[in-house]
Parts: sequence; structure tokens; C-alpha cells
Amino acid sequence: MDQHRLFHRTGPSADLLVRGAHVLDPRSDLDETHDVLIRDGHIAELGSPGSLPGPEDGETIDASGKHAFPAFVDPHVHLRTPGQEYKEDIETGTAAAATGGFCAVIAMPNTAPVVDNAAVLGSLTATARREARLPVGFLASITRGLNGEELTEMAELAEAGALGFTDDGKPVVAAGTLRKALQYQRLSGGVIALHEEDPTLSRDGAMHEGAVSARLGLAGIPSVSESTMIARDAALTQYEDARVHFQHLSCAESVRTVAEAKQAGARISAEACPHHLTLTDDVVRTLDSRFKMNPPLRTEADRRALIQGLRSGVIDCVATDHAPHARHEKEVPFEEAPMGTTGLETAFAALFTELVLPGELELQTIVERMTAGAALYGLATPRITVGAPANLCLIDLEASFEVGADGYASRSENCCFHGRTLHGRVLLTVAAGTVAFRERMLAEAGALT
Amino acid sequence: MSRHLISIDDLDRAAIERVLDRAESFEEVSGREIKKVPALRGRTVVNLFYEASTRTSSSFELAAKRLSADVVSVRSTGSSIDKGESLKDTVQTLSAYDPAAIVIRSPHAGAAQLVAGWTIASVINAGDGKHEHPTQALLDVFTLRRRLGSLDGARIWIVGDVMHSRVARSDILAFRRMGARVTVCGPPTLIPRDIEALGCDAEATLNNLHEADVVYVLRMQHERMRDSFVPSLREYAARYQITSARLNPGQLLMHPGPVNRGVELSGDAIDSPQALIGEQVKAGVAVRMAVLYELLVGSPMLMAVA
Repeated sequence: MDQHRLFHRTGPSADLLVRGAHVLDPRSDLDETHDVLIRDGHIAELGSPGSLPGPEDGETIDASGKHAFPAFVDPHVHLRTPGQEYKEDIETGTAAAATGGFCAVIAMPNTAPVVDNAAVLGSLTATARREARLPVGFLASITRGLNGEELTEMAELAEAGALGFTDDGKPVVAAGTLRKALQYQRLSGGVIALHEEDPTLSRDGAMHEGAVSARLGLAGIPSVSESTMIARDAALTQYEDARVHFQHLSCAESVRTVAEAKQAGARISAEACPHHLTLTDDVVRTLDSRFKMNPPLRTEADRRALIQGLRSGVIDCVATDHAPHARHEKEVPFEEAPMGTTGLETAFAALFTELVLPGELELQTIVERMTAGAALYGLATPRITVGAPANLCLIDLEASFEVGADGYASRSENCCFHGRTLHGRVLLTVAAGTVAFRERMLAEAGALT
Repeated sequence: MSRHLISIDDLDRAAIERVLDRAESFEEVSGREIKKVPALRGRTVVNLFYEASTRTSSSFELAAKRLSADVVSVRSTGSSIDKGESLKDTVQTLSAYDPAAIVIRSPHAGAAQLVAGWTIASVINAGDGKHEHPTQALLDVFTLRRRLGSLDGARIWIVGDVMHSRVARSDILAFRRMGARVTVCGPPTLIPRDIEALGCDAEATLNNLHEADVVYVLRMQHERMRDSFVPSLREYAARYQITSARLNPGQLLMHPGPVNRGVELSGDAIDSPQALIGEQVKAGVAVRMAVLYELLVGSPMLMAVA
């Protein structure tokens, strides 16, 4: 467990009773209605509904009809600090995370400057201690300035708090460079996370290569651009007995490749994003730049394979790849727009609406995969169990909302689910023992006493 | 109903025919000594061109002027666009002049559609990236309909760099909508994967070219060699150049221009009586007059295909 590599502003420890929620925590074998008493930021007691008295100095929340889950962990977000605070910063990014029911996020290093030395990382962790509403972990880059050639001082970066390493946003093109990083990992520790893409195949692609790109005349990014690199790097990982995490899988070939490499014993894990699990390249016909991301939205067959991978566990966890961009950057022709969609505020609702309600996946699978990112990076998994730090979200599965209608907690609004009606509204998020988010209606309805 | 012409998908067959019929009547205007009608008198048409263009920009300008509109032409060089102004700000600035229509040419797919969201003017797509060029397709259909009477059942081969061609995409859609059968043919590196989803066949060689009633040749751009889409112009010409020898006497030959003489077309083919290239250029003005008229005056307006 590596909780000292998470950074946030410490808030008041929560004292509250969540009364009568349906508590679902697959790892604690909990799937029934309970009272959950949180005292001094920890889960103090679990009891049958109505059995626990409210805390003397705290609140009691009538949560009947609502669901309580261990709060989610997102192993892949872009908080844009330092250097691109007009898109997002640690305060707004973690506010968006709390709004989405997350209790911890892991930030990517492709900022300006890149998080490629201990000085930048040190200033970043200091900022997080002032601004982060919930615990944030940081990855440092694998190569200096993401140049794909020279390794960063990985050992010093790990000592300074880096949870791992990634050149996310770019692949490590040279196999020789990646191999050295994998070897060096024995010294530094830390997971190496890979954005997989062969730039000689993806070139200037703006979307998935297929029938829709043929129609629109947009340069395509073929799915083999991702899967061939995963195959190469899984082989390298196994050869060096290293530990690698594959980011944002988008296509069927990648799922198959990861499954085979796992079968062969490679120490690899993989994530998939809510947008790839719920949307296809068909929506790009609108040429709405909110649908432009890398990797791109792919076909229905790819989406099916990702769902199956998530179900079987070939894909270990869900990650949002929350990638905020300013309105003026996205309000341009599709080819000109930067890649990325925000996702923290809609992740659970998108998966619940598009996968659980139609019966594709069990609710408990979603909850498990939305918390599984923690352990992959050596962090404690949020649990609803007596004695654990309070990391819990309360969600009204009946409540629907139009995405973006009330604005976003994020500084940016480039959400690919914008305008859609989703089910599953987060009412309350407790992160690291502190109330990090409370839905406005929860207070207005007088549910809090 | 649509106020804009963004894509051939905005038009059903009846709407295409209405534009072509209107264009026939405007052809007559172009034959007069005073080539003007007062249909758009007092109204303004803005031509906003982010890419070099000779025939499209000049024919739109002539079309608007022959309808008596006031015309403002803005090009990316030597304008505020050069100074970094965004497309949105440029369009909103030009919209302050209350134009009836904005004609836009952009190197990027979807630009015309974006512009339509930022202005109350009617927007006409004069080419957006490699996506569409609907007025070119309309003038191609106009030219063919004149020659063939009807496109129903006609077999049309589109030969060359389909991947980078907005003309090819709009033509495939328009020819199909008018009842023709379309085959695209070119080097496999320049035929987009899954192009068949547009309702056409794909061929890698000219072996079956004799099937075609119409051979529509695309421009082969020199930079494609740099990106290794084809090994050399010589090899391209050897395999795909349309020459008089490769054409049957009855086949019609078309090209959107400008032609690379000696690359995609041989000189003798260009100058043969089978070539409709000059007629295509001539049709450009009448067809663009018709589009402007139908969008700004015509009633009923162009119907969108639901």
C-alpha cells in the first residue's frame, strides 16, 4: 500500500450516518440494505436499516432507495496543471472527480512543462496539498519532455512520489527505449503505463479508419495501430519480467492480444474508457469535435469486445482519460480540434445507463472495475468495511439528468455525452474520510438533518 | 427543409432535379448579351475561401453577379484570417453585413456545417476538406444528364485518388441518387478502406474499364508521391492514366479540373470529342446560379432527405 504517494488538501473528518442505503461492495460481499456510520473519517459501524443512531455532532442522511458504493478510483485523468490551467486545474479537476463519485485519481504527466523531473513533481504535489479535494497520485513521464528517447530520472521521481511512469498522449515508439525503461523499473519500481499507437500507421488520423472515415474523408487511425504496439510491448514486458499497464484499449484486436499475453504469463493489466464502452464511430458522422479522442471511437464489434473484456476481467479496470479542452479549442473543424473528452462527471452514469440498464453488465461488475485501478498502482482499494477509511459514494440510480444542463464542475465542457440523458446521479462522495461532494438537491430536499 | 447546401445528403432526387431544371433556365441567361437577372438584387453573397481555387470561386462569383447580388470575396491570404482570426470570429464578423448567403471553401471537413451554426445566412459548401463538394457533383450530374438524358442505369467509373477527393465522395452520392451504378478504381493505397459502404464497387485495375459508360478521372496530386501512396508518377500513369487508346469510342470522359496533363489524363484524351471537361466548367455558373436561387428565392426550398 502506497497511500503516502497520494496528495490532497486535508478536510474535516466526516461524521455522518448514511441510513438505509443499498450497500454494494463486491469485495466485502455486501449487497443489501444497511446503515453506514462514518465516524472521524472512518467507517465505524455497519448495521441493519434503522439500527444505528445518528452521530451526535454529525449528520444523518436518509438514503433509502439510494445505493452506496465504495467510491471510484480513476487511474487516468488529465488535470492540466502545470501550464494549461485554462483547461483544468487540480481544484476543478478534483471537483469534477468528486462530482462523479471518485475518491482518488491518477494524473498524467503530459503537462507544460512535462512532469519529467523531481522539481516539477515536487511543485505539483505541493499544489495538490493546497488544492486537491481528494487524493491525487501522479505519474511522471518515461522520457524527458516525452521525446521518446532519453529516460527520466525514474528512481528519483519514484522517491519524490511518482506512482509510476507514462508518456501518455504519445507512444514510446522505439522498442529499445521502452526496453531500457522496463529494465530500469527494477530499480525505480512503479508501474509503466503505455499509450499504444504506431504513429506510422495512425499518421494524421482524426478518427477510426472504417466506413465512417471513408464517408467523411477524414484520415483514419486503424485499430492495428494500437494492437500491434500492444503485441510488441507485451512481448518486451514478458522478456524483461516487467510490470506494464496498457491504457485506454479501444479495439477487439487489442483485447485479444492482452488476453493472450496474460495467458502467457506477462505481468500486464489494461483499462478501458466509458466512451469506448458506450459509443461508436457512427456518432462522428455529426463531425462534432466532442467525439474526437485518441484512441478514437471504433466500431460496434470493437465496443462489444471491450464489454466482453471488462466482463471477463481481461480488462482490469475502467479509466476515464478525462481530457479537458477549452471551448475555443474545440469550436473548430473536426480535423483541427485537439483529441480528448472529459469523463469524470459522467463515467458511472454512462456505464450504468448504457451497460447495466440494458443488461450487458452486472452493476457489481461496474463497481468492481471502477475501483480496481487503485490496486493496479499499489494503492489501497476503497472498501465499505468497518475500520476502513471512508471512501464511499451515494448514488440515486432512479434519478436521471441531462449531461451538461447544469454545467460542469470541470473547467471544460468537451464531454462526449453532452446533451444525453443518463441515469444514476451521484448525491454524495466521501473521499479519504472527508465529504468531497454533496449534490445540491440533497441539501435542498432537507435530506440532511 | 434546409436553408443550406452542406452535403449531397441534404438533397433527395427530386431536389437535385429541381436544381438542374433551374440551371437549364439559367443557361439561357448566360447566352444573352446582358447576362443578368434581378433575382438577388440588393442581397449580399459572401465568398469565403480558405483554399486556392480558380473555377469554383470564379463561377460562384459570376453566378451571384448574374443574379444581381452584391458579392464580397474573402480569401485567407491578405485578410484577418492571415492574422490568426478563428473561423468562428471571421464568420460572425462577415455575418454583421447581413449576407443572404455565405459560400465557404475550407481545407477541413465539417467547416461548412460549423459555419451554418454561427450565422443566419444560408451556407453553401464549396468544398470542405476531403469530405464533400456538392456543387461540383451537381454540375457533373447536370453535364451528364444533358448528354445522356438520364443517369438511370448508367455505369460510371471514378478513377484515381479517391482517398483524398471530396469530388469523389459527393459524386458517388449524387450519381447513385440519380440511379447510376458507381465503381471507384485506383491504386489500393488511395482507395479508402470500406469505401463500399458508400454504395459503390471498388477495383484496383482498369481491366474492366470497358464496362463504363462514363469515366470520371480525378486529379492526381504530386504530393501523394512524397507520402509514398504511389511509387512514381511514371508507374501511376502506366497503370491508371486514361488515354484515348484505353477508352472505347462511346465512353464519356470527365474531370473536375485542374488537369495534370500527361499524368491522370493523356493529352489526346483531354482533347478528344468524348471529353466533357469544358462542358463541366461551363455548367458551373448555371448550376451555382440555380443553387443560390433555390436556397435564397426558390419556393419550395430544397428539401432535406429525412
